Amino acid sequence: MSRNSALFLIGVAVVVALGFLMPWVLKNPFYFFAGYVVLQYVTIATGWNILGGYAGYINFGAAGFFGAGVYLSAFLFTTFGLPLPLCILAAAVFGAILGVLMGYLTLRIQGVYFAIATLGLVVVLETIVHNISALGGASGMAVYGPRPPSWSPGPSQYNFTVMLVIAAVSVALARFVEISWIGRGLRAVRASEDAAECSGVPTLRLKLLACALSGAVLAAAGAPYPFYTSFVEPVTAFSLIIGLNAIAMPLIGGTKSWAGPVLGALLLASVQQIATVTISSELNILFVGLVLIAFVAFAPGGIADLFGRRQGRARS
Amino acid sequence: MSDIVLSMKGVEKVFGAFRALGPVDLDLRAGERLGIIGPNGSGKTTLINCITGVYRPDKGSVHFEGRDISHIEAHRRARLGISRSFQIPRPFTGMTVLENLLVPLDYCHVDGSREERARSVLSSVGLAGRVSDPSESLSQLELRKLELARALVGNPKVLIADEAMAGLSEEEIDEVLAILLALNRSGVAVIMIEHIMHAVMRFSERIVCFETGRLIASGTSTEIAENPLVQKVYFGE
Repeated sequence: MSRNSALFLIGVAVVVALGFLMPWVLKNPFYFFAGYVVLQYVTIATGWNILGGYAGYINFGAAGFFGAGVYLSAFLFTTFGLPLPLCILAAAVFGAILGVLMGYLTLRIQGVYFAIATLGLVVVLETIVHNISALGGASGMAVYGPRPPSWSPGPSQYNFTVMLVIAAVSVALARFVEISWIGRGLRAVRASEDAAECSGVPTLRLKLLACALSGAVLAAAGAPYPFYTSFVEPVTAFSLIIGLNAIAMPLIGGTKSWAGPVLGALLLASVQQIATVTISSELNILFVGLVLIAFVAFAPGGIADLFGRRQGRARS
Repeated sequence: MSDIVLSMKGVEKVFGAFRALGPVDLDLRAGERLGIIGPNGSGKTTLINCITGVYRPDKGSVHFEGRDISHIEAHRRARLGISRSFQIPRPFTGMTVLENLLVPLDYCHVDGSREERARSVLSSVGLAGRVSDPSESLSQLELRKLELARALVGNPKVLIADEAMAGLSEEEIDEVLAILLALNRSGVAVIMIEHIMHAVMRFSERIVCFETGRLIASGTSTEIAENPLVQKVYFGE
């Protein structure tokens, strides 16, 4: 293992350890309630970036995968009483399968056509859920989550730590993809698909792998959501706001590296949470839209790229 | 003939009502230097795309080392040993020069250390000083060299250089020619598609000329220069 990888894993372990200790320091459960959303978006942005950032395939269907994870987890828990870790695992596997299916149907088209096709996935899945009475149909379903274990002071703190572990695993997975042959192949695909293919890169198989990994992370991000809200309905589970944030956060943070989506999600989701409490929940979307326009126009490489360029100038 | 490495029989490619190529019969011997000339739109790049697998031929077959590869994907053909550079350089942007060469090494089997192999190839094309630079920062000549280096790094048996000298000065053309000749001396068959006639004449043992998707002439550089069909294509009646 390289020195950088060892440092990264130590960093992740420290963050997770601090997350587990936080409930004993911060007593107000609201911080954990808001922190859950921030970590959820760290996971979503990280998952989206595996396909959208590394391979350059802009996926508007993040909400479809997230919603699939939400509903599968809610169904497995309420029907079979499956423990939360198994619900998360099942959602990840289902997300991966959904990703491969979506990939097979859409990966031969590129650019805006691919984006529109992925948007269709959200509409299709939402319509299916609307028509399944076992999932509560349009009116939704109540989910009374498991009792938090004794080491956790309450449900908000427990949900927060669960989401922290999911986010940490997702970020570690994204970094592994980035520095491995998978990431190099995906970046080659992003630069020139023909040149990548003629260099020996199995582009279709690699893109399907990216779809599967991205889908797994996005669905896993949705798995604990029913226990966080105690109620799920199609409109919120498949909300286009999730899809918008999934794209905006990596673009704002930077899509080239695992750090970009994390940075973008931490900044944007935190500001959204603060704006929700202090100004208005509706203004969130306006804020996201304005920031996204500003970054696309003035810093298309995102915060990580701006920071990198400044460091480069300082060195020279 | 047993030394034929690449063989095309009746290869045709049609786009809608437009026949871009064929039918074409063409063989390449192991270690041969073959030049392909012809005006724009004569089907040269379509032929290359059919050989490398970017396009599947509508009719006919492509054999490599006796194996029918007409229906296998481009990445498998690259792994078998058919490599190419592109008419317009296509560097893997967002990567360093070294990383550009690590991509084929990740997927094509090469003995020994991958990084050492990449550095050695970069050194052989004169890019040793640019190893850690982003590929976006390279000049036109350096981009051409990077294209060639990326095509060479996987130890190909056939290299197809698609207008590798377009837009270069005379000295730069000599540099690229020297790289291709050195590669050929190591046993690699090279197909050179080129509009720069003196370069293709100097380089090629055999030249074939295409017009409107058909092979109209084949011979040595002297035979091609004196061929009335080739003269008609380039100079008119």
